[in-house]
Amino acid sequence: MKFKSLAIFLIVSSFFLTCILSIWKIMATLQGLSFTNLNITPVFLIGILLSLTFVLIGNKLNNLIKILLLSFIFSISYFYLNETSPYWYIFGVFLITLFFTNKLKKYNMQSLKEDFISEKIIFDFITLFGIVFFAFVILFPFYIMLVTSFKTQIALLVNPLDFSLDFTKSLTELFKSYFVIFETYNFGRYILISSAVSIGTVIVTLLFAIPAAYAVARLNFFGKNFLSTSILIIYMFPAIVLVIPLYTVFSQLGLRNSIFGLLIVYTATTLPVAIYMLQGYFKSIPKEIEDAGIMDGQNWFGIILKIIIPLSLPAIASVALYVFMIAWNEFLFSLMFLDSPKSFTLSRAIQYLSGDAETPRQYLMAGSVIVTLPVLFIFIYFEKYLVSGLTAGSVKE
Amino acid sequence: MSDSLSKLEKRTAYTLVLPAVLLVFAIVLFPIFANVWISFKDIELKDIRIPEPRAKKIVKSISENQSELKIIYKLRNSSLIQEIRNVQFQDKFPTNVSPVNLDSRCNFQSKKVVCNFGNWQAKYRENFEITIQNNNGEIIDKKIIKSQKPVLSGKADNPLLTTNFTLENFKKVFYENNFVELLLTTFYFTFFGTVGAIIFGILAAQLVNQNIQGRTYMRGILLFPYVGPVVALAYTWTLLLDPNSGTLNALLVNFNIIEQPINLLGQKYITMSILGFEFKLRLALTTVIFFEIWRYFPLAFLFILARLQAIPQSLYEAAEVDGASPIQKFIHITLPQITAIISILFMIRFIWNFNKFEDIFLLTGGASGTRTLPINVYQQGFAVSDIGMGSAVSIVIVMLLLSFMIIYFRLIGKRANEV
Repeated sequence: MKFKSLAIFLIVSSFFLTCILSIWKIMATLQGLSFTNLNITPVFLIGILLSLTFVLIGNKLNNLIKILLLSFIFSISYFYLNETSPYWYIFGVFLITLFFTNKLKKYNMQSLKEDFISEKIIFDFITLFGIVFFAFVILFPFYIMLVTSFKTQIALLVNPLDFSLDFTKSLTELFKSYFVIFETYNFGRYILISSAVSIGTVIVTLLFAIPAAYAVARLNFFGKNFLSTSILIIYMFPAIVLVIPLYTVFSQLGLRNSIFGLLIVYTATTLPVAIYMLQGYFKSIPKEIEDAGIMDGQNWFGIILKIIIPLSLPAIASVALYVFMIAWNEFLFSLMFLDSPKSFTLSRAIQYLSGDAETPRQYLMAGSVIVTLPVLFIFIYFEKYLVSGLTAGSVKE
Repeated sequence: MSDSLSKLEKRTAYTLVLPAVLLVFAIVLFPIFANVWISFKDIELKDIRIPEPRAKKIVKSISENQSELKIIYKLRNSSLIQEIRNVQFQDKFPTNVSPVNLDSRCNFQSKKVVCNFGNWQAKYRENFEITIQNNNGEIIDKKIIKSQKPVLSGKADNPLLTTNFTLENFKKVFYENNFVELLLTTFYFTFFGTVGAIIFGILAAQLVNQNIQGRTYMRGILLFPYVGPVVALAYTWTLLLDPNSGTLNALLVNFNIIEQPINLLGQKYITMSILGFEFKLRLALTTVIFFEIWRYFPLAFLFILARLQAIPQSLYEAAEVDGASPIQKFIHITLPQITAIISILFMIRFIWNFNKFEDIFLLTGGASGTRTLPINVYQQGFAVSDIGMGSAVSIVIVMLLLSFMIIYFRLIGKRANEV
């Protein structure tokens, strides 16, 4: 029994170590180091030796000394096993091993006798592995997007694996793609249009949604139930089935290629979610506060403006951020309605750029960075509000 | 008293709700019904403009005589396919100016030339001339004549509003268009995209729900693909997967995992052999599904995590006391708590993946066996320019969606009865 759990412990822990070291090696390869072999088997074997010595030493040594010593020995042997590699790379290996051995510290020969210890070991390392795996898989494309925008097409064709940034170059040289897309491709204008459309959509949506949500939440009228259920059904219907009729009607009305047309469509498609989110929040506001307002002789307008809005600022903030994000990221309608580069939004402009096979990829990626950064910043900064917006509005995209 | 109050309440409610309802009706509900109409019409992209009569005015002097001018109107029908009926023409002239030898279709009265041109066929063109002279023999100012624009009017059918209908579009959708494969691709994409996103969502939620350092950061990072703009992410993936100089292929070749770069987005099938059985995998479609999972598992993650955090810790402690293993805890405590949210997520994601357009459009444009129903709407409507056909495909989508929703609400209803 003890032997089985020891074996599982060794294999699972060493497998985890091999995985992070492989990821580290891949990242180093992308800095231009010419590794051609992941060396999985030898790394796995010395990983097993490392874990084995770790549990065998047990508590005979001070923990700090133990992990430093073992990591150091491991790094040295890793160095000899590998193709020549620079010191910063080996230092990275040392740090990873340090992290790894630190994770091992709760295991010793004693703890391996506990109930279900093999399952627990597997769960522990799968958790660690999963976190590293998810973080890598998610961040890797964003990383590639960012570094590609600093490279040149020729350099990438010569060596598609070298993403190292040459800091000896001047800043203007490094940020060249960004200068080019602003100067030649007019991205300044597109940023303005995108911002105007998105902020406009937020304002108009709130103007329409707050009164409607208040009525649904508080007032009694015929058709109220029908309205609140149909809200949910309406936003199940996708943009793609709206596109053809809207396109034809907008063509006849001359609303294509206009920011106003886009604004109407974005507002109408985000309204149901906004009303749904807001009315839920309005219902949670105690009715007595409003009654006090009515006593003071306020009309409905005054109640909404002076009582409801100040009390529901957090909900309004999350609706606003959510709507902003939808409008900023929207692509389908901007593809259908905008033909002239004069009225492009950022997303449409990037798609237009990519339509020309001659466009160097670093420009495309620089544009992508520009359209992505604001949303990510807003998301990181206002995560709390946005997450509640996402969960409420998630029935919709 | 209370009666008038409730009347007032009703009136207020309608004023508050009406703007939003009207807007949503015009932009969301109306198009769904308009689709039904358009789908029964034989109409193409170039037909959707209403034909108009147009005129371009050119003013010319005649020899030395400055009291006379020749005006040429270049008349045309703006449409190449439709006639305009009963075209009326009108142009104003200054006092003391009158036309000479006026065309028989026209009249001159009270300083106006009014013409009745009758019907103009499609592509109709004419150079229509009027010679004018000043009755007192004075010089006519060219600029004044030029600045006056002629007014034209005519009756033309709005091609969208005519009442000739056809079943041709639906026949084409079902018989000519490889409909079965289209439907299968759509379901394949939808089903695996949904299931994959939910499985990864459960895994990620399970991970983040444990006591690890920096789990709020982890939650933020996991949501990146979902909040990022689809255009940027799709093009990054296209670059990453590019067979010629894409990072992924270059890495795999570099570490000798594959010999030849694989065109992950441009190859319809790849032959795999597992345990001696050879089978064909829809390569491009699978890649697109992976992108879809990557982008939407965060949503499933967010929901499941919220549910997991609401499970009382005492349940797990009790299980611990009873000597349950981690797997038993997951199966007997965690899973039953999240089945409800999973079934809701499944339905919502299923419907939304079914309608997914942007992701596939940006990655492959619907080539290499990734043509789904929404992609087909775009291809028929805008690439082939057959608006009627595109609408017919939209109607098929709406019908399928409605049936999903009916099934969904039936199931939810049953569930509610059981509880």
